[in-house]
Amino acid sequence: MSNQFVQALNLAAGLILLTAVLTLWIRRVSTLVRLIALQGVALAVLVGTVAWHGHDQQLGLLAFGILALKAFVLPYLLRRVSTQPGEAETDPLVNVPASLLAAAALAAISYAVTRPLVALVPSAQVRATPVGLTIALIGLFVLLTRRRAVSQVIGFILIDNGIAVVAFLTTSGVPLVVELGSALDVLLAILVLQILTNRIQAVFGDTDLDGLRELRD
Amino acid sequence: MNQIAVLAPVLAPLLIALFAGGIGWRSWSWQMLTAAGLIQFAAGVLLAVATTDGSAVTLGSLDFRVDALSAFVMLVIGAVGTLAGWGSRSYLADEVAGGAGSPRRRRQYVTLVPMFLATMALAVVADNLGVMWAAIEGTTIVTAFLVGHTRTRGALEATWKYVVLGSTGIALAFLGTVLVHFAAVQRGVSTLSWMALSPIAGQLDPGVMRLAAALIVIGFGTKAGLAPMHAWLPDAHSQAPAPVSALMSGVLTSVAFYAILRYLPIFTGGGNASPTRPMLAVLGLTSLFVAASLLIAQRDLKRLLGYSTVENMGLMALGAAAGSKFAITVVLLHMLGHGMTKAGLFLAAGRVAHLEGTTTLGSISGLLVRRPQLGAGLATGMVFLLGLPPSALLLSEVGIVAGLVMTGLTWVAIAAVVLLFVVFVAIVRASASLVLGPALDAVQGPTASTTGLLPTWTGIAGTVGLVVGLPWLLPLLTRAAEVVITHG
Repeated sequence: MSNQFVQALNLAAGLILLTAVLTLWIRRVSTLVRLIALQGVALAVLVGTVAWHGHDQQLGLLAFGILALKAFVLPYLLRRVSTQPGEAETDPLVNVPASLLAAAALAAISYAVTRPLVALVPSAQVRATPVGLTIALIGLFVLLTRRRAVSQVIGFILIDNGIAVVAFLTTSGVPLVVELGSALDVLLAILVLQILTNRIQAVFGDTDLDGLRELRD
Repeated sequence: MNQIAVLAPVLAPLLIALFAGGIGWRSWSWQMLTAAGLIQFAAGVLLAVATTDGSAVTLGSLDFRVDALSAFVMLVIGAVGTLAGWGSRSYLADEVAGGAGSPRRRRQYVTLVPMFLATMALAVVADNLGVMWAAIEGTTIVTAFLVGHTRTRGALEATWKYVVLGSTGIALAFLGTVLVHFAAVQRGVSTLSWMALSPIAGQLDPGVMRLAAALIVIGFGTKAGLAPMHAWLPDAHSQAPAPVSALMSGVLTSVAFYAILRYLPIFTGGGNASPTRPMLAVLGLTSLFVAASLLIAQRDLKRLLGYSTVENMGLMALGAAAGSKFAITVVLLHMLGHGMTKAGLFLAAGRVAHLEGTTTLGSISGLLVRRPQLGAGLATGMVFLLGLPPSALLLSEVGIVAGLVMTGLTWVAIAAVVLLFVVFVAIVRASASLVLGPALDAVQGPTASTTGLLPTWTGIAGTVGLVVGLPWLLPLLTRAAEVVITHG
């Protein structure tokens, strides 16, 4: 395993992690969307690196697909929601220092949980999988602690990116048909959420999800 | 012929969706939805006949493979799909009569319902855990706008919760799928084919598989409505159009549960000490507990039915936790019986919503006197849901409890019986106030039509039919149960 490969891999994984942690820090939605786009680029680089290292043409093509989807299409959809008035800032329920501490704890959990994977295959690629799980858990955290519809969508994208990182690092991705199916499902899910966000805005006036509490026991 | 029966349940509803969407909404569109369900049911019967001997029908080029378990779940999808399509007749007619909705939205409805049926069928026939995953995630996307069909505040709220929770849960299941693939690749098998994985279950790395099992059970458990991941279920079921609730409660939860069943031999086969069964036992009991405590003071008929679904899925999870051949057999019987009864009841609840203008339990009473047909339908459905004779649910509930005792989970069985009793009392009380009670006011609003209740009665009759037809169905059920427990 060449040294360059390991460096490129760690750089891409580090960038993905950094963008995920920054989403906890930043409140301006337009900046958040840029971060998500940057994370998409880093994910594509990661997949491209794995493809280049393994001389896998199919995976190389997939990297371009990921670049198009995660760096352009999804941010475009997010931007269409976030440019509407009243959507400029998110309103986290947990403040920034506490969120960052939580992220650190989640990273520790990820390292503990993924030990069996690293024990099974102690390669540089698999050693980086805790990063993916950390991002997915940060996404879950964002989903639980943000009140705006658009920030919940961002949380969902983080979860998906994190899982994609784990998938590509462990086995260079699941079979192509499954990969395509999952990418399509994510795109459609985000589309559905985008349409819903617009409808919520039209009906409730804003997308503060605290307004959503009619249904309960 | 059998190959066509594998393809038809996926392809025919898709074509129907294209056609129904293409020509727009017509007053007879419901016939197309019913036809989609009937085709699936007919295919299910053909496949059941072909697979009862333990063989499988495959479509190699597409990686489709139908064994007894797939064939049986196809029967469930077809049966409930037919009822829901049929029930759409009065739902859509009521909508038109009430001046609600719009032709555009109804067009969306008649397009999405068959697509929903097709995605569920795909999940069942695919011999690829990844494709199965993608199809189940697809159901979330297809049903999102069905849940939000009425576009009220409540419907929007329910849809948001449903899509966010459902997609997140299913994302965890994807992570589990990825880990299973990882473990398989390390054994030199780069595949997600269930057929290829289940025989080598014992050789897969136990550490990785433990993690994968937890993610799969929690992920698909979310879609199956198991507590504590059930939060979307009562909201979505109460806000969706009645036929959609029937489909979601009757089969969507069961299809997600089918995914867990498919994984059982991979996680527990070959002496793997995976936490799958204990997890299922805990989730099952939690579901029973949550359902029981929220049913006691439930004030809405459709939410009541929703929590009853949580309870029944919990019961099925307990049966899977027992995991013996007998237990899985009765779990499958329960799946079909519950699907038909619950679909019938949701359709009846839809009639209540239309005729009474509300589904709040306190404000409706004396239905048996005021609207004898509707009242009788609801009352009979509830009696069957509670597992009183001659309902097939009596057999399956007793069977699941017996299955728990036989596998040594006596304390779980005792807890389950206590919680079931609480559920029983809560539902009896609510139903009694609904159908008995004083008939305070004369019939207001439109009168109930007989045809609107036919799907409900058919569902109820189907549950009795299960008992009568059990001798013929039993070989299929046992064979399907063997699929889940023998490999590895």
